[in-house]
Amino acid sequence: MAAFWHDPNVRMVFWALVKILVILQAMLGVVSYMIYAERKIAGHMQARVGPNRVGPLGLFQPIADVAKLFFKEEFIPDGANKVIFHIAPMLAVIPALIVFSVVPFGPQDALRVTDLNVGLLLFLAMSSIGVYAIVLGGWSSNNKYALLGGLRSSAQMISYELPMGLSCIPVILLAGSLSLVEIVRMQEHWWFVATPFGLLAFAIFMITALAETNRAPFDLPEAEAELVAGFHTEYSSMKFGLFFLGEFANVISISCIAVTLFLGGWNGPWLPDAFKFVWFFLKLAALLFFFIWVRWTYPRLRYDQLMNLGWKVLLPLALANVLVTAIVVWWRAQG
Amino acid sequence: MTEYVPVLLFLLVAIGFAGGTIGLSSLIVPRRRNAVKNSSYECGVEPVGDALQRFTVKFYLVAVLFILFDIEAVFLYPWAVTFRRLGLYGLIEMALFIVILFVGYVYLLRKRALEWD
Amino acid sequence: MTLALFAAFAALLVGCSLMVILHRNPVASALFLVLAFCSLAGLYLLLHAEFVAMVQVIVYAGAIMVLFLFVIMYLNLRHDVEQGIAVAVRRGAGWILGILLLAETVAFFKGRWAEGPVSAPDLAPVAGNTQAIGQVLYTRYLFPFEITSVLLLVAMVGAVVIAKGRGPGLHPAAPAADAAADAKAAAPDHAGGEA
Repeated sequence: MAAFWHDPNVRMVFWALVKILVILQAMLGVVSYMIYAERKIAGHMQARVGPNRVGPLGLFQPIADVAKLFFKEEFIPDGANKVIFHIAPMLAVIPALIVFSVVPFGPQDALRVTDLNVGLLLFLAMSSIGVYAIVLGGWSSNNKYALLGGLRSSAQMISYELPMGLSCIPVILLAGSLSLVEIVRMQEHWWFVATPFGLLAFAIFMITALAETNRAPFDLPEAEAELVAGFHTEYSSMKFGLFFLGEFANVISISCIAVTLFLGGWNGPWLPDAFKFVWFFLKLAALLFFFIWVRWTYPRLRYDQLMNLGWKVLLPLALANVLVTAIVVWWRAQG
Repeated sequence: MTEYVPVLLFLLVAIGFAGGTIGLSSLIVPRRRNAVKNSSYECGVEPVGDALQRFTVKFYLVAVLFILFDIEAVFLYPWAVTFRRLGLYGLIEMALFIVILFVGYVYLLRKRALEWD
Repeated sequence: MTLALFAAFAALLVGCSLMVILHRNPVASALFLVLAFCSLAGLYLLLHAEFVAMVQVIVYAGAIMVLFLFVIMYLNLRHDVEQGIAVAVRRGAGWILGILLLAETVAFFKGRWAEGPVSAPDLAPVAGNTQAIGQVLYTRYLFPFEITSVLLLVAMVGAVVIAKGRGPGLHPAAPAADAAADAKAAAPDHAGGEA
């Protein structure tokens, strides 16, 4: 047994599993309380109080919600494709979770699951897989609203994936690497968001992040006024819960990537290395608040406005930004 | 390639978590089915026709254009990583690449292929 | 370890590929193809081709298969499957192509190609796989790379011409217009906005 434990491979797998389970638990906790925060903040923004019945200040509300979801009746509509109907909500969560495996929370090796040479590409690959949850959920329900919602949102997500991928390229140009750890290291003295093209790339990234996670003002897939609930119209019980969890897990993972790419990751003044991760989580919290803030501030876009913004504004802007950044990087290398 | 093992583990854990949640809840939730409840939702009216319809060709066009621009973006990643080493040479060749594709983009605009109305 | 992973990915790849052609539901076939592409990405990783593995997922699983699914799901071909002589012709063509492919594979494995590249390309040691690809692609293979942009341009024009016809204005192809009308008839308030 002792020999088994001293095998470096076994130790690596063990510690990786420990980190993965910790991240999973932390993510669930953050999601629960982000939903609570969203309801509280929304309440206060609209001069209401928000949830305040379950526990002090309504703090146990998320627990009550999860318990409720677990015991809700589950049903599958007639004519639905049963297998795909079950796979779709799982696909909403899995890619969002895998992104966390490359996020560096702090400078120490212990604070990240792994560091890949192509970490940024893993994030982009996972966000391109995320489309399937909505397409399949909408199609397999055998419901007109679900189908329309799925079609709309898959077109939306693929349209905004382009500017999202392109807005990462200025960062790669500045850092010269696709490894997220390396990208954070390059921002030790100067965050990428504090350069003009970095700021533009950050703005594009955040707008596309709102669209990729189907959050307001880009929540057309579930535009309740016209599509009932969009792709998850027929979903109930924990399968609906997974779609819900997937949306928030996506918000968190995309915010983690935004912090890493543009806001300097764990870098920040004053704190010693051992506590640098606090900066990461402070920035993450600020971005999560941004997501909530935007949702309760902007009205939903019309579909043609949404597609125009993606294809006619963000795409050319992101491409031009790539060229401008390249010119500046080259110019600086000369001088 | 050992740095990819944790990603594989994460994939397995994520699949286990998602499958486990659905499996666990399906063990305990009540199921009281009847024909009306199981019919697909259409604002309380009897469902009309088949849910699967044909849709306007624009959605396919968006998907095709997405593939094309996605491939363009894929070419940009290795270029961006090696840009410092390539220098002016790299800048000019990528500018040429993007300009050729920009011609296509202008064509799309002129043909009103990106309009939604 | 590597061998076990290779066996797992390879088995997954072969199994999924078989399911692609054996499954009766076209959507399930497409999903198995997605899974096959992902396991192929795993095989690329085992070959230390990180960049290719990620691009495999981004382009094939994330872009091309989405188009496939769009076509399968939303074109709703159920009622248009031909019968009789057309099926026989298609089957015959399938068999001939399959036999040709098999012959090609045999020739491939008997020939010298199966031995792999004769000499490894002379590369300066670089930080990673992506850097290595960038260094070769944008210097030695510059011309094919630039031609790719022309290829993409042609594809773009082709897609627009097929989807919209040659007229100057906006003319959705006839079947799409029919479909829009159908959708309107079925769900007056909602489908109309989409079409």
